Amino acid sequence: MDKPFAITLDLGSSRANHTGSWRSRRPEYVDRLPPCNHACPAGEDVQRWLYHAEEGDYRAAWQALVEDNPFPAVMGRACYHPCETSCNRAKIDEPVSIHAVERFLGDLAIREKWPLSAPLPPTGKRVLVIGSGPSGLSAAYHLARMGHAVTVREAMPLAGGMMRYGIPRYRLPRDVLDAEVARIFDLGVHFEPGVRVDDVATSVAEGGFAACFAAIGAHLANRVEIPARDAARIFDAVDLLQRVEQGEAPRLGRRVAIYGGGDTAFDAARTVKRLGAEEACIVYRRTQAAMPAHAFEVAEAAEEGVTMRWLRTIKRFDEDRIVVERMELDEAGRLKATGEVETIEADALVLALGQNVDLSVLEKVDGVRVVDRVIEVDDRMMTGHPGLFAGGDMVPSERSIAIAVGHGKAAARHLDAYVRGEKAKAPPPREVATFETLNPWYYTEADRTSQPAADPVRRRATFDEVNGGLTADDALFEARRCLSCGNCFECDNCYGVCPDNAVIKLGPGKRFRIDLDFCKGCGLCVAECPCGAIRMVPEDG
Amino acid sequence: MSQRIKFYQTGTLTAGNRLLDPETRAVQSSVDRSNALTSGHRACQGCGEALGARWVLDAAMRATGGQLVVVNATGCLEVFTTPYPESSWQVPWLHSLFANAASVATGVAAAMRSKGSAVRVVAQGGDGGTMDIGFGALSGMFERNDDVLYVCYDNEAYMNTGVQRSSATPPLARTATTPALGPEPGNEFGHGKNAPLIAMAHGIPYVATASVADLHDLEDKVEAAMKVHGARYLHVHVPCPLGWGSASDDTIKVARLAVQCGLFPLFEAEHGEVVRRTPIRQRQPVEAYLRLQRRFDHLFAGGRVDVERIARLQAIADRNIERFRLLTGD
Repeated sequence: MDKPFAITLDLGSSRANHTGSWRSRRPEYVDRLPPCNHACPAGEDVQRWLYHAEEGDYRAAWQALVEDNPFPAVMGRACYHPCETSCNRAKIDEPVSIHAVERFLGDLAIREKWPLSAPLPPTGKRVLVIGSGPSGLSAAYHLARMGHAVTVREAMPLAGGMMRYGIPRYRLPRDVLDAEVARIFDLGVHFEPGVRVDDVATSVAEGGFAACFAAIGAHLANRVEIPARDAARIFDAVDLLQRVEQGEAPRLGRRVAIYGGGDTAFDAARTVKRLGAEEACIVYRRTQAAMPAHAFEVAEAAEEGVTMRWLRTIKRFDEDRIVVERMELDEAGRLKATGEVETIEADALVLALGQNVDLSVLEKVDGVRVVDRVIEVDDRMMTGHPGLFAGGDMVPSERSIAIAVGHGKAAARHLDAYVRGEKAKAPPPREVATFETLNPWYYTEADRTSQPAADPVRRRATFDEVNGGLTADDALFEARRCLSCGNCFECDNCYGVCPDNAVIKLGPGKRFRIDLDFCKGCGLCVAECPCGAIRMVPEDG
Repeated sequence: MSQRIKFYQTGTLTAGNRLLDPETRAVQSSVDRSNALTSGHRACQGCGEALGARWVLDAAMRATGGQLVVVNATGCLEVFTTPYPESSWQVPWLHSLFANAASVATGVAAAMRSKGSAVRVVAQGGDGGTMDIGFGALSGMFERNDDVLYVCYDNEAYMNTGVQRSSATPPLARTATTPALGPEPGNEFGHGKNAPLIAMAHGIPYVATASVADLHDLEDKVEAAMKVHGARYLHVHVPCPLGWGSASDDTIKVARLAVQCGLFPLFEAEHGEVVRRTPIRQRQPVEAYLRLQRRFDHLFAGGRVDVERIARLQAIADRNIERFRLLTGD
């Protein structure tokens, strides 16, 4: 053979040397559960829809969002966003303003009239939903998309439940609510307003329904006995908010006291201000820190001139003043009456002391169990009566719109399985992408975007929306603050940092593969992955 | 507002990023990179030198359109890539002796010039082959302003032969020849030299430092070096898990801490003057850097922290920060 001078062996490539045999651990790509998704009671895949929004593909982002929740514009306004409380970015600067991006997508979809994707072919099954609050409509939406014929019965004249009769307009404009509700009905959901279901079993039997989801909410106000000269000037907060929504203007007078420290108390106080009261004063028996209301509600109310008196219990309501007793905390932190009384001038008193479920509808149904004034359900959201599911405020759970929407979605999945005679399979559990799984070095600094807010002085006189939406630029910026925790966003770092050229890049959208012939198991790809989408696992044997 | 919209989640801190336009992504993010140093080489797990060499040569290959010859000094980089007749190099590559890589490169450049060829020349070696054994040849190449980019991969000792100290070994580091014993444990303060500053003293067109901690910075410097002719020097910091006693997956983290604490300043110099520095992004104490490496274990032996000696290293880092204005970068 002819060889060049002094060359006696054929030149070979080191690729003949499979260094993968050195390895005792191997890297493995994973999709961990981002903390936002983990925290979302509505079961949204937040990280996934933000991924599309980061690219400016808002339509795809919205499509991904409404897979789980048909109310982005409502949620972006009214949800208390536990996703942001758990957001890993909080440990770098501030959480991603997920709710603001969600609202942006929801508003854009309404403006652009994007339709929901068409339902699956009809299954021939009829399903009854009682109540058109967030839980009922969420269930109706998911069931309709699965191809079931859904009828929604609602006692009130309009759909929305607490979204309409509980959340004031200045937090949730009704055109927004109407648009998102109409989109669900456009899927072919049959809506019967002004129909109160009194006998569930008969309604189901007569209507030929294969199953029923009940979500009637918690509308009954808790009362306490407060001696009063004129009981007509004591109002329930839920009732007051509902009457205002229906166009009434209850005569409250100049000075109004509100008893309670939850979000409903603040909704009532801010509503009362807008109805023309000069003074709205929150009276709460515990400390400021113990108030269950969300901090932003308290801050916005204070901006609007709502005053607050903590550590006071109301003893009686005289002609034009309420008599309160001062409370204090003893050394063990327990609440203790002091016996000292004082007065607060007031023409009306609004009670916001929590709500209860009207159990009369369900408690007489065979097999249904009531525990602690709510309806017991199993892990499928089914009551003791086969085929009768329940969710939202009427089942044992914390109460919020997002939780209600989540109940509706979960119930729909199990109800669908039930009518098919199957059992819904739970998705495989995923490890949560904690901050420790990330390499935060790679994320650039970026402060959170804030939403514009209307002037507090002007706000007091109008039910116009308090908070504005993000501009398209701001929404894009905010979406890009997402760290993509636990899910590859194709930054090419693993491909770049492998000293053995053992990471194979598969192209846009296809992510990467480890070339196990050459991977020595050094772990650099795992250590330098910004978002924790790779982990090391021991080799077998 | 137009400023704010230019935010890309990770910006250019990661190799690529689907939100960046392709020109702003690193060469290493491209499926078209040369892989000048390909798989199957015998470097240790997590080798910083193997990583640094691929980054540098892939960037040089892109900058020259593949018109490149590489001359290699003896050392780890030569041994682990080229056990005859196998080679990991996917570039024309030439090895002669430990001491003469710069001279051989000078010869290759002269040959190319006489052939009227546009092929460019890169010479490369470790800190031993560059700063000790091949230093005379290197200084000659500099003073003649030969058209060669010389790249030194600095892992701060002779790793291939069993971790003996070199003139790049930092004070306090334990090596086979500087044991952590006696009144001056590890390498002595006051020994060693600063090769980039000596290179600058030759007044050559381009001198820069880079690190496997910062891919984009490194690639930018290779590209800048290949844009000019004459003698150029690039000094790349490449942690050695074996010799430094660091975890194989900590290679980049260790390199990053060296930069962020100030012990390894990143800068560029033209004709003997520093013209640009890469600012420290998240300043770290040198102790954070030392703690990841067993060669500095004696500073933390028995749960006691040798505050005094660490302070002397910190003073070196602080002086670098001041001297190269690393906090502001201007």
